Amino acid sequence: MALLEVTDLGISFGGLRAVDELNMCIEKGALVGLIGPNGAGKTTAFNMLTGVYRPTDGGIRLDGENIVGKKPHEICKMGIARTFQNIRLFDKLSVLDNVKVGFHNDITYTLPESLFHIGSYHKKEKMMDEKAMEILKVFDLDGQWDYKAANLPYGKQRKLEISRALATEPKLLLLDEPAAGMNPNETAELMETIELVRKEFDVTVLLIEHDMKLVSGICEYLYVLNFGRLLAEGTPSEVLSNPEVVTAYLGG
Amino acid sequence: MINYLITGISLGSIYAIIALGYTMVYGIAKMLNFAHGDVIMVGGYMSFCATAYLGWSPFMGILLAIVVCTALGVVVERLAYKPLRNAPALAVLITAIGVSYFLQNAALLLWTSNPKTFTSVVGDGSVQLGTLQIPYVTVVTILVCLIIMIGLTLFTNKTKMGTAMRAVSEDKGAAQLMGINVNTTISITFAIGSGLAAIAGVLLCSAYPMLTPTTGSMPGIKAFTAAVFGGIGSIPGAMLGGILLGIIEIFSKAYISMELSDAIVFAVLIIVLLVKPSGLLGKSVREKV
Amino acid sequence: MNMIKKLMKTRKDSVIAFSIVIVAYIVMQSLVMTGGLSRSLSGMLVPVCAYIVMAVSLNLTVGILGELSLGHAGFMSVGAFSGIVVTTALADSIPSPMLRLAIAMVVAAVFAAIAGVIVGVPVLRLKGDYLAIVTLAFGEIIRNIVNVLYIGLDDRGLHFSLVKQNFVLNEGGEMIISGPVGVSGIDKISTFTAGFVLILVTLFVILNLINSRHGRAIMAVRDNRIAADSVGVSTNQFKLMAFVISAAFAGMAGTLYAMNYSTVTAAKFDFNMSILVLVFVVLGGLGNIWGSVVAAALLTVLPEFLRAINLNDYRMLIYSILLIAMMLFNNSSIKQRLLERRRVKKDLKAEQRKGVA
Repeated sequence: MALLEVTDLGISFGGLRAVDELNMCIEKGALVGLIGPNGAGKTTAFNMLTGVYRPTDGGIRLDGENIVGKKPHEICKMGIARTFQNIRLFDKLSVLDNVKVGFHNDITYTLPESLFHIGSYHKKEKMMDEKAMEILKVFDLDGQWDYKAANLPYGKQRKLEISRALATEPKLLLLDEPAAGMNPNETAELMETIELVRKEFDVTVLLIEHDMKLVSGICEYLYVLNFGRLLAEGTPSEVLSNPEVVTAYLGG
Repeated sequence: MINYLITGISLGSIYAIIALGYTMVYGIAKMLNFAHGDVIMVGGYMSFCATAYLGWSPFMGILLAIVVCTALGVVVERLAYKPLRNAPALAVLITAIGVSYFLQNAALLLWTSNPKTFTSVVGDGSVQLGTLQIPYVTVVTILVCLIIMIGLTLFTNKTKMGTAMRAVSEDKGAAQLMGINVNTTISITFAIGSGLAAIAGVLLCSAYPMLTPTTGSMPGIKAFTAAVFGGIGSIPGAMLGGILLGIIEIFSKAYISMELSDAIVFAVLIIVLLVKPSGLLGKSVREKV
Repeated sequence: MNMIKKLMKTRKDSVIAFSIVIVAYIVMQSLVMTGGLSRSLSGMLVPVCAYIVMAVSLNLTVGILGELSLGHAGFMSVGAFSGIVVTTALADSIPSPMLRLAIAMVVAAVFAAIAGVIVGVPVLRLKGDYLAIVTLAFGEIIRNIVNVLYIGLDDRGLHFSLVKQNFVLNEGGEMIISGPVGVSGIDKISTFTAGFVLILVTLFVILNLINSRHGRAIMAVRDNRIAADSVGVSTNQFKLMAFVISAAFAGMAGTLYAMNYSTVTAAKFDFNMSILVLVFVVLGGLGNIWGSVVAAALLTVLPEFLRAINLNDYRMLIYSILLIAMMLFNNSSIKQRLLERRRVKKDLKAEQRKGVA
């Protein structure tokens, strides 16, 4: 059984059909790209997968379980984590605390324990600190753990968002243009990190990117969206040789 | 019944005039001007002083009130709010509260806390309409409110300055790039808002002739509520909100409970906002993800 | 390790801050004992404590949760009057005033928390200024209702009614709350020590909360609601949690405050009270708990101080001018430059230290 099954997914905003008849099937452990020109509906698709938008029709199943109609925080609990195109960090919290918020549903203690720092509070906090530092180390952020998130340079903010998403121990990680605003070197480095993350954290990755060259390097499978519809799918070489895809990108 | 309705509309008209000031300032400067209610009080005192101490005609009294309040609005904006244009909203809010304290306490020093009895600017008579007796002040209040509503609508839609105001409230930066002088526009908005508050002050004191340094606070809060009720930032919304609020207040005083009328007014506001989270005529903005 | 050192340092900072509060208490208390404090100032000790608790608790809503509340006095009112009812009802069964006050505060916290839930569930669905106006509306509604509340006590138990007093008490019974007249003849059992203990408890609990998973979740909601949702934080639940905890402490502050006066009316806890506390919070710094403590103490004493130096007539006027001036200074380029200079100095020092090492 596939990890994520999307069937005939569609959404309308007023008269605008933003996504229509989207079908996707992602196997566990895969690294898949969702590509397409600006305004193709990629982020809207992500927003439906994470419960930010409720699809008008179609179904989404994670590990066989329906997630349509669930709230974003519930979907996170079920195992989908994401990053955002326009970075959304907890600006006033430290880098470490940003990641620790990610443990919210995995390492828990009760409200009285919070209010009086009794019971398992100290033990659990220590556990969170250690685990968070491990994740930060992967992204080379451990040296800046006490920085305010807002004070990190842009590229590191993107990495922190991924760290935070990983802290929720997702089955499926959705990355929305993780390389946006990075220079070629940073991008190449980030792509390596993503590959590493997939192996180390045993997570399935679906990433949005509109630079096709970039994704074809690391993705095993690509979905191409155009005007809200699936234009093509297949391995990178298949997709790149598809004349329709070329037209959509170059404008025909 | 109809009597109550007319009283309600009249009270609502006063709220509406005050609410207009709130809404215009909010629309353009994105700030809740808590000192607005106290400008009403200043208007009341000005008119009172002109007629009672200087022996001026009521008309001159109103004129003085408008001139002083307009100037006051512009000066306060320049001194206290303008330096905070890029500060957090809460900082501006607290400053406005500071201005409100200042005006109240200055009035306290000048005129003491003893209530002044205000002589109505329109005389005590009333109009006979069938079996109804409608006091002059009620008629005048409603008429003035109508004139202001029409005037303001024309102003914002037809004049160059009005267009500039709408542009600034939509996007300050873009308006500036289009060559609109944002500072002047904001000053003029404050001027108009404060001038309206002066008129509202005179009308309020004519209808409820007790004048103290805190006269403006409660009508100020109610008008603020009215502005939110109608959808803050929207001029027709402020009108509608004000008048509805006045009617609800008078009706609940008459039919439900004198003591609980404020609670009822606020409860209605809460219910409306729960159903329409940005007021009756407000635009709802969806956050982009 | 660097991290442990840093954590130790923050712990040391809070130990120092708590010590300062304790020292301040000892100094004030000994001044009271030796008569070194003017009558009006010693009369202000309990209200100052209540204001500090109010400010700290409001900071939880405004600074930590990031939602503007203009009706905090409403919860104080609920706490004040439920506290009064409890202390009156228990007057015979529990002779120890300290214990009675403590029980009253707990009950007050519960009632204020319930009010917090009732207000919070609808209010927290709204955003920004709309949320603020609805908290204002609820604050006024609470004041209005308490204003027409009649509660009496006799040998049959407690009697309630709204708007009109429609019950008759048996002989020997007494009215506790009589509508707009409020409560009179209160047994003044609040003491400075009680206020001080309440401050310590409030600070301890709220600072603990901020440094916990619940506190982090609340701040995450403040900083970015959508991101908080995306990492599994139920935003509504945590908004409500912060709001209700904040209300509960306001309730306790209400009891402390009320039991310091012989008469209390609902009008005392109006919009102006909410605003007064909000001013403390903003001047002390949003999210800065210790700042709230200092601002509440200083700003409550400031008008008294102005009275003491013979500026009685002008004290509120000066207060308002100072308030505006402080807000302008806080956001001015002068302050920015001063901060900048300090930062540069600090950096230089750090570099020098590195050079030595």
